[in-house]
Amino acid sequence: MCTNELLHEKFVELDAFIDGLEEKEGSLITVLHKTQELFGYLPKEIQLHVARKLDIPAAKVNGVVTFYSYFTETPRGEFIINVCMGTACFVRGAEELLKEIQDKLKIKAGQTSTDGKFSIDALRCVGACGLAPVVMVNGKVYGRVKKEQLDDILATCVSENA
Amino acid sequence: MSKYRMHLLVCGGTGCVSSDSMLIVENLKKQIKANKLSDEVQVVATGCFGFCEKGPIVKVHPDNVLYVEVKPDDVTEIINEHVIKGRKVERLLYVEPTFEQRISEHKDMPFYKKQLRIALRNCGAIDPENIEEYIAADGYQAIGKILSEMTPAQVVDTMKLSGLRGRGGGGFPTGMKWDFASRNAADQKYVICNADEGDPGAFMDRSILEGDPHSVLEAMAIAGYAIGASKGYIYIRAEYPLAVKRLKIAIGQANEYGLLGKDIFGSGFDFSIELRYGAGAFVCGEETSLIQSIEGNRGEPTNKPPFPAEKGLWNKPTIVNNVETLANIPVIFLKGAEWFSSIGSAKSKGTKVFALAGKVNNVGLVEVPMGMTLREIIFDIGGGIKDGKKFKSVQTGGPSGGCITAANLDTPIDYDNLIAIGSMMGSGGMIVMDEDDCMVNIAKFYLEFTMDESCGKCTACRIGNKRLYEMLTRITEGKATPDCLDELKELSMIIKDTALCGLGQTSPNPVLSTLTHFYDEYKAHVFEKRCPAGVCQALSVYTIIEDKCIGCTACARVCPPKCISGSVKKPHVINQDKCIKCGACLKACAFDAVDKK
Ligand SMILES: Cc1cc2nc3c(=O)[nH]c(=O)nc-3n(C[C@H](O)[C@H](O)[C@H](O)COP(=O)(O)O)c2cc1C
Ligand code: SF4
Ligand code: SF4
Ligand code: SF4
Ligand code: FES
Ligand code: FES
Repeated sequence: MCTNELLHEKFVELDAFIDGLEEKEGSLITVLHKTQELFGYLPKEIQLHVARKLDIPAAKVNGVVTFYSYFTETPRGEFIINVCMGTACFVRGAEELLKEIQDKLKIKAGQTSTDGKFSIDALRCVGACGLAPVVMVNGKVYGRVKKEQLDDILATCVSENA
Repeated sequence: MSKYRMHLLVCGGTGCVSSDSMLIVENLKKQIKANKLSDEVQVVATGCFGFCEKGPIVKVHPDNVLYVEVKPDDVTEIINEHVIKGRKVERLLYVEPTFEQRISEHKDMPFYKKQLRIALRNCGAIDPENIEEYIAADGYQAIGKILSEMTPAQVVDTMKLSGLRGRGGGGFPTGMKWDFASRNAADQKYVICNADEGDPGAFMDRSILEGDPHSVLEAMAIAGYAIGASKGYIYIRAEYPLAVKRLKIAIGQANEYGLLGKDIFGSGFDFSIELRYGAGAFVCGEETSLIQSIEGNRGEPTNKPPFPAEKGLWNKPTIVNNVETLANIPVIFLKGAEWFSSIGSAKSKGTKVFALAGKVNNVGLVEVPMGMTLREIIFDIGGGIKDGKKFKSVQTGGPSGGCITAANLDTPIDYDNLIAIGSMMGSGGMIVMDEDDCMVNIAKFYLEFTMDESCGKCTACRIGNKRLYEMLTRITEGKATPDCLDELKELSMIIKDTALCGLGQTSPNPVLSTLTHFYDEYKAHVFEKRCPAGVCQALSVYTIIEDKCIGCTACARVCPPKCISGSVKKPHVINQDKCIKCGACLKACAFDAVDKK
């Protein structure tokens, strides 16, 4: 019940956002950013809602959603672990870090653990190359990460958010 | 700024923010207040100083003292010693690695000595969230002067005279681009700032936007006046939250001050700027694809011609310029086109910002006059190779570029020379590699990137890069056939010749350049099934050193295919035929008895 209300509120906010846009033409990507910010991901039903609201074909919305890697059609984990795979991090050992995290959580980059807790993503440069290799957990940047620190990093982010 | 006797400039760039520089700002402010110094000393969060390797950075102005690797707890000492007693905090000064000397004066540091900061002039010097500071640094003077004294045609001529070329990769003369767009009559034209910075390992555009957003806004307005556009868009990666935040603040302030918007400086010229967000597609950095994306479509490139200057956004004449290109422009109008064109090499004027990274001591952003040699950049400014290792190669131009070897360290670098030695300028990524890096693996890394980022519109790029990647994978796994090296080359040429956009046309470059310069390394992988740098897992050989092994059996217990044998307290042996090269034994052995080659 409560979640339904919450969901309803999000739709209201989304509609208000779309209605408030100065130009509707070309606004699809802006709208999708807002939608993902609200709902966390972009399932088919929500894509359909956006399509109707903007009066464009649902196929076009889906075409755009699937083109851009920032948009996701599946829910992400509570903790999103981004391993920077930019060149600077790569030459300072990011590949091994990614492997280690994947082994630890038993999921691959791009996947979410079955309990919905963790997702792993491989990112390109986050702009902190001086600290390479870099791992980011829910936006917090960890620099000069060594394999041995990974357990600690995962543990602290979980406990800090508990 | 004159009201204060001292300014404490703290780096607020992404690198330093990630190591708690904002907490340093907070602590400094608190303690300054507690010591009743608020009228004398001001704390400013600036953009990146470029010296990210040693961040967080705190600079004391006007003493010109630079503190490195500052921790929030060091604040008390900085306040008590330096601010109150005027004594430098020795232990926080930068130690120059070659002389092991502590250097306090910012200008004496080899890292800064050879640099010339034009595009980065305000980064690390002003508070990017305060328009007043930009104005105090001569900001918005160029647009003021232009609107009152110059015709659009004169602006275009000045740009042509300056010799400025695009910093986004192509190196196209900016003045010429503006000229085309200004000649195409239309009821509406657009100026787009390309802030999609896609090269993984380059972060100059991000640093400029974080450290000096107004210079980009001012330049866009200048461009708008020159070509007759009243609307500008900044297309920025959604993954750059700090840059987005600072841009939003800057646009808001510029509107408030009447420096953007309607009737700027009472001249009748209108110009407004909006942000548009990228959504994680590298190809959207390509200008036609970027325009598709702003229009709300899949970011697939379109054929050129027509060029954007003729038919761009919403089919109107549009210029697309890179962030760093734009950041140069206001100064050109203040100091003159002659001044700008006196810097640099014959065909490449001005400076270039490089994101120096990889196995180099001073990772960071460096801005140098065009024509400086790689040796100067990597060894003088960059402080040489990390951990005393041997220089192997430097990669420039990102996924479109190539690897340069020691033989070309003394080539003066500019657009044309880089192409001549088989690489390119690109956006300015510069990744230094040492003897521990495997060049085949590096080529594979870039191919994985382009394979993922190909938009799929043309077959050569979509399928071809995938094939290249598979071939490289086979080579690194020791499964390649003898003729694969020729095949690699052949397919690379086909992709280059048939791809529609710059992504595909340049994607084989990392393969071709490593094939040229590191052919022996490829041969070792293919014919000897050996990785000289010891990087490629599948080619490594694990052995147990008899003398060191005490027979604890730890390795045998973790070996997945159970191919380690030996009895307790006796040296163990690995059955090479069954070993899957997982490395588990190496990790398990507490006696350093497992050797990996
Ligand atoms: C695949 C590809 C990616 C590109 N990525 C960028 C980029 O991230 N940033 C950029 O400014 N230019 C990028 N460019 C170059 C742009 O197409 C365009 O030439 C540039 O933005 C023009 O600005 P400039 O003349 O000021 O350099 C890219 C080009 C290609 C082919
Ligand atoms: S070359 Fe590659 S990225 Fe460019 S249009 Fe073709 S498929 Fe798309
Ligand atoms: S590398 Fe793996 S498979 Fe080979 S011997 Fe060691 S543990 Fe066994
Ligand atoms: S773990 Fe090391 S010491 Fe123990 S048996 Fe294996 S090689 Fe020998
Ligand atoms: S490459 Fe990882 S932060 Fe730049
Ligand atoms: S981010 Fe602080 S010096 Fe670059």
